[in-house]
Amino acid sequence: MSTATVEKPGFGATLWEYLTTVDHKKIAILYLLGGGFFFLLGGLEAMLIRLQLMLPDNNLIGAQFYNEIMTMHGTTMIFLAAMPLIFAFMNAVVPLQIGARDVAFPFLNSLGFWLFLFGGILLNLSWFLGGAPDGGWTAYAPFSIWSSTHGFDFYAIGLQISGFGTLMGGINFIVTIVNMRAPGMTYMRMPLFTWTALIASVLILFAFPALTVGLFFMTFDRLFGANFFVPEMGGNEIIWEHIFWIFGHPEVYILVLPAFGVFSEVISTFSKKRLFGYSAMVFATVLIAFFGFMVWAHHMFTVGMGPIANSIFAIATMAIAVPTGIKIFNWLFTMWGGSIRFSTPMLWAAGFIPTFTIGGMTGVMVAVAAADLQYHDTYFVVAHFHYVIVGGVVFGLIAGTHYWWPLIFGKVLNEKLGKWTFWFFFIGFHLTFFIQHFLGLMGMPRRYWKFLPGQDLEVGNFISTVGALLMAVGTIILLYNIIKTSVNGERSSQDPWDGRTLEWSLPNPTPHYNFKQLPLVRGLDPLWIEKTQGNGKLIPAEPLNDIHMPNNSFLPFMISLGLFITGIGVIFRPDSNVAYIAIIAGLVIAFGSMFIRSVKDDLGYHIHKEDLEEEGAGVE
Amino acid sequence: MSTHEDVLSSENLPHEPERATLEGKNKFMGFWFFLGGETVLFASLFGTYLALKNSFGDAEGTPSQELFGLPLVFIMTVILLTSSLTSVYGIYHMKNQAFKKMMVWFTITVLLGASFLGLEVYEFNHYVHEFHHTFTAHAFGSAFYALVGFHGAHVAFGLLWFLTLMFRNAKRGLNLYNAPKFYLVSLYWHFIDVVWVFIFTVVYLMGKVG
Repeated sequence: MSTATVEKPGFGATLWEYLTTVDHKKIAILYLLGGGFFFLLGGLEAMLIRLQLMLPDNNLIGAQFYNEIMTMHGTTMIFLAAMPLIFAFMNAVVPLQIGARDVAFPFLNSLGFWLFLFGGILLNLSWFLGGAPDGGWTAYAPFSIWSSTHGFDFYAIGLQISGFGTLMGGINFIVTIVNMRAPGMTYMRMPLFTWTALIASVLILFAFPALTVGLFFMTFDRLFGANFFVPEMGGNEIIWEHIFWIFGHPEVYILVLPAFGVFSEVISTFSKKRLFGYSAMVFATVLIAFFGFMVWAHHMFTVGMGPIANSIFAIATMAIAVPTGIKIFNWLFTMWGGSIRFSTPMLWAAGFIPTFTIGGMTGVMVAVAAADLQYHDTYFVVAHFHYVIVGGVVFGLIAGTHYWWPLIFGKVLNEKLGKWTFWFFFIGFHLTFFIQHFLGLMGMPRRYWKFLPGQDLEVGNFISTVGALLMAVGTIILLYNIIKTSVNGERSSQDPWDGRTLEWSLPNPTPHYNFKQLPLVRGLDPLWIEKTQGNGKLIPAEPLNDIHMPNNSFLPFMISLGLFITGIGVIFRPDSNVAYIAIIAGLVIAFGSMFIRSVKDDLGYHIHKEDLEEEGAGVE
Repeated sequence: MSTHEDVLSSENLPHEPERATLEGKNKFMGFWFFLGGETVLFASLFGTYLALKNSFGDAEGTPSQELFGLPLVFIMTVILLTSSLTSVYGIYHMKNQAFKKMMVWFTITVLLGASFLGLEVYEFNHYVHEFHHTFTAHAFGSAFYALVGFHGAHVAFGLLWFLTLMFRNAKRGLNLYNAPKFYLVSLYWHFIDVVWVFIFTVVYLMGKVG
């Protein structure tokens, strides 16, 4: 394939291409940029929290600002950093791993991204428009209802908009994986990342509508005078907690299962071994997802649901340790006797296993309902969920970044810098959060603006802040690595890690139609099978033919923009009648764009066989 | 391999035109999953309604036993269930490629749906003016209008969807491109109907006796 003659498009053309793209590989890059930006923002907020808590009775930032920072750190990291980054990898990898030319709904895929971005921007506009939400990321009533600024209005509307996007993304990936696998790619031959993407998508489908309803209630209560969470008018604040955690607990698995998928790919590839206990891994994934819906009330042991409810939820929660343990052992057995290369992704995977195990162990500890009355709302819980979310999800995302960077951008990230990133981040992480277990056991409550001297909390907090600074250094090295590689890096081979799955069979850069001819999949790790039993190239499953491709569209951007404008209007409606103009204008833009989408035929186009033949036949 | 002309042609359609193309298959499956998500949405609304039913706090309100009148709701139920049946006839004719008959049955569906919506507006108006049963009066009102109102908004959206598709395709007839769209809107309509069956039972019948 000749790349020398390809003219480099101008900035305007590139921008327009990305604003209108429906190509899953480009949407992956958009998600990576958007999620990466919010990850840095959330990290900055975390740094401010740790700097404020570095010294006793510190006055670095004010109490109100601290509450806002603390709330936005959690909200940003979960909804605007981790979720989109997971979607980035799902977009970049899943269609290639199953041997598909595209996703099932390219238009919805693009819409999902723009909704996420506009929702995230809306939420963060609160910083400039009267103050961010200040009642914790869980937004419990009555904090959220009686908070005097517009902060929680931004929370409710911003998350509502980005939540719609997530739901669409979830449905898109379920259908893609169920309907569009290449010939021979049976369910039990799917790579584990694809499996976890499928299961996470199913979780999104059944968890996010609960959040939608909860956010509607909050919006209604705050802006339209409803009384869902107002006890004196017959409302019930606990309803929010239930609805939030019916969404919120599966959300944890939505985040961590794809990270498990990343590690399964990485560990298998860098151990040069088939994943140990593949079918047990699949089974464990499904089981975790199933249990994930039945444990939400373990966040509410102190609410007073009574001993029977608490016991049931405690036991269900502890049961999740079983499939998770199966996974941990399978990863270990995959490495056992393997020919291990400790490249950067593998380093993260190796760091993940003990880290996540600690997080899982403290998880069982907080699942003991009676003991949880002591742990609840202390730094023990903060330490626990950072061990699973950072140790699981963030480690997984960074491992995935290093592992799939050559697939997405065609260049391998610098290995030396990658290792520096790992060691700074890994040591920094344990320094920050391990000590927080003990701070919690000593009684330090979470979410407090300051702690007082003379309560033996000084050393622990100081160590924790030093650790956070090391994590920041690690992140900066990663950023430097990305910039350096983008500027100076050389284009890598198509298969830099000696991969096992289909995505590494494609030329670098990946053609926009992915597979010229759909590949025939002969078993688990199809590329590895061809490497060891064939000539290293995949066998085509079809003759060369015309390829149908979807058209780009600007409508997803317009729909999201419309909802964004309406959202602003709804938030400021109680203050000014001008807001009605924004509400109506936004609705006209959003529904007008949907109407155009409905009535205007969009049939896509074909890449002709003759043009493909010019580029040379074959699967590649 | 199908080309553009094939997809927009009304000739020689297969028996299940809604699932004859990959796009159609994807839409068919994706919409089923979407309805799965909608089920959770309504389940959350039902759960909240049951928790806040007849919950007035310090505010004054009319309990559900006195508030609801079954005759009107019964008529609404019959109308909506019938509209589901007529949409089935529409799909039956779609599968037999009888486009005009399909349009006739869908028109009847839309008319029934619109009369349901009209009666619902009347019902809400009645509650507000006769009983001061409003969205903001107390938690019961909030939960009631949230649940039944969400359903009503779905009906309204369904009507607009039906009308958009029918006007857009009135002249060109059925083809592989629009058949999945017609199929999905009827699927959506059935879902709305199923939700109403639960609303009728849980809100109105249980409201009268519970």
